[in-house]
Amino acid sequence: MKIAVCVKQVPDSWAEKKMVNGVLDREGVDAVLNDLDEYAVEEALRIVEAHGGNEEGAPNSVTIISMGPERATDAIRKALSMGANDAILISDVALAGSDALATSKVLAEVIKTGGFDLVICGTESTDARMSVVPAMLAQRLSWAQLTFASSVSVDPAANSITISRTTEAGVDAITAKLPAVVSVVEKINEPRYPSFKGIMAAKKKTIESRDLATVGVSAEAAWSLVADSAPRPPRAAGVKITDDGNGGSELVKFLAEKKFI
Amino acid sequence: MSLIFILADFAGEKCTKTTAELATAAARAGSVTAIVLAAPSAGAAMAASVKQGPIANVLVVESADFATYGVAAAADAIAQIIAQKSPNALLVASHAFGKEVAGRVAVATDSGIITDAVDVAADLTATQLVFGGSTTVHSKVSKGVSVITVRPNSVEADLSEASPAVENLSLTISETAKLATTTSSTPPVKGGRPELTEAQVVVSGGRGTNGDFTAVESFADSLGAAVGASRAATDAGWYPHSHQVGQTGKTVSPQLYVACGISGAIQHRAGMQTSKTIAVINKDPEAPIFDLADFGVVGDLFAVLPQATQGVTAQKS
Repeated sequence: MKIAVCVKQVPDSWAEKKMVNGVLDREGVDAVLNDLDEYAVEEALRIVEAHGGNEEGAPNSVTIISMGPERATDAIRKALSMGANDAILISDVALAGSDALATSKVLAEVIKTGGFDLVICGTESTDARMSVVPAMLAQRLSWAQLTFASSVSVDPAANSITISRTTEAGVDAITAKLPAVVSVVEKINEPRYPSFKGIMAAKKKTIESRDLATVGVSAEAAWSLVADSAPRPPRAAGVKITDDGNGGSELVKFLAEKKFI
Repeated sequence: MSLIFILADFAGEKCTKTTAELATAAARAGSVTAIVLAAPSAGAAMAASVKQGPIANVLVVESADFATYGVAAAADAIAQIIAQKSPNALLVASHAFGKEVAGRVAVATDSGIITDAVDVAADLTATQLVFGGSTTVHSKVSKGVSVITVRPNSVEADLSEASPAVENLSLTISETAKLATTTSSTPPVKGGRPELTEAQVVVSGGRGTNGDFTAVESFADSLGAAVGASRAATDAGWYPHSHQVGQTGKTVSPQLYVACGISGAIQHRAGMQTSKTIAVINKDPEAPIFDLADFGVVGDLFAVLPQATQGVTAQKS
């Protein structure tokens, strides 16, 4: 089974972010592998490990696919050091500032030609937070969409996959024939820490670089445009008291004044 | 006049207030048609429950495929409707289902998409609060139909009575939308507390709880609030991940947010700083969360919360 995991390098979710010229300023902040993509990498590794592994000569492989600037190789190395086999990085100046439509178009094109059985994504990136790319990939590829999975089980013999979809609307059991696009939620697993051996091995793994011409997609005009952006004004300073035994009552008084009680 | 479609939002077969919010935003830009996707023979009752908001027309599509094929079937139907009726925009609720449907419709109709709008203007410019609410962005779709997902509870709904004209539409769901089959559905377990992202009041606990959420939960229950948790608390296994508020968890924007024993790292602030009113209880007077507080108490949450819970309960009785 060939699994592709789509990952994104994002600004550290513990760091402040700002807009410059209508796009996120990615230069001034630490860039890391999107937290939520680590669950996707982990799930892919667990699936192949349950079905014969992904060592050399094994029937399975896990390929990391990412779109981003050249320096996104740092995030990709992290995924490789967890145990993925190889990676493809699509990097092109024409892709700077791409939205989900452009991203899904490029990723779908790469996936289409890769002979994959299964694509796994995180539910969203912690920077744009649209959580639409997995659904868009399924639509573009005409593959089954099994998203927001809190559990995944694959049956290679039957060429089928079953997930539990967990959202605010409840839990659904969803099943499909491969190929399929899956997104996994945070609670699905506990991502492994890369071992020293894994980190050393990742340095020798191949990250294939492709530009738009190689992928076979031409750059298109944006589907949406940012008119303006501005930092929101800081909140006005409020009241701060120290609890002298009446802190709870003071809080109640405030809530009553504001008509919350 | 512009034609604006909304996807009517339902809890089971009952139309939600979110539908009126979508209609209110849509009506600024044009005449509003609400799409109702229904199970066979449920359409009439569902359409009849679309009673509030500036809605001129209701389009009902009945198909057993909506329950079986979920997001893909809904998106396929809406894309077909768009191809037939050529609206200027489609507004959908910004929850997991709505965003995925919108995403697929945008691809299918080669249209631009904007998600998580908190407001939509008459010229279909969408307002978003990004980076955890620290930045306001105005943007506009520049290609195809303007597909915009709108966050529930963001637009003040016009709840005036609607008496829309109802049209039934029959269409066949495409085979490519029938690839993933839903074999069973379990509605969310209602713990008696409101859903985190829809709640008017949220009370959250963090590291300061030391794993004991009873005081936080009691206070939340006295206010009829949802319970949230910081990433520190969910990572420690003190509270379920599904309750995490923050950059990697849920984004909430309630009328009142009460942060208990939460220091206020950007990770957490990103999920709650657009709340209308914020109250804070923390032992550390230097905790950055106090910068956001309309009312802050420097103190031990295990002393302050029980007293506050008692106070709220006394005021209510």
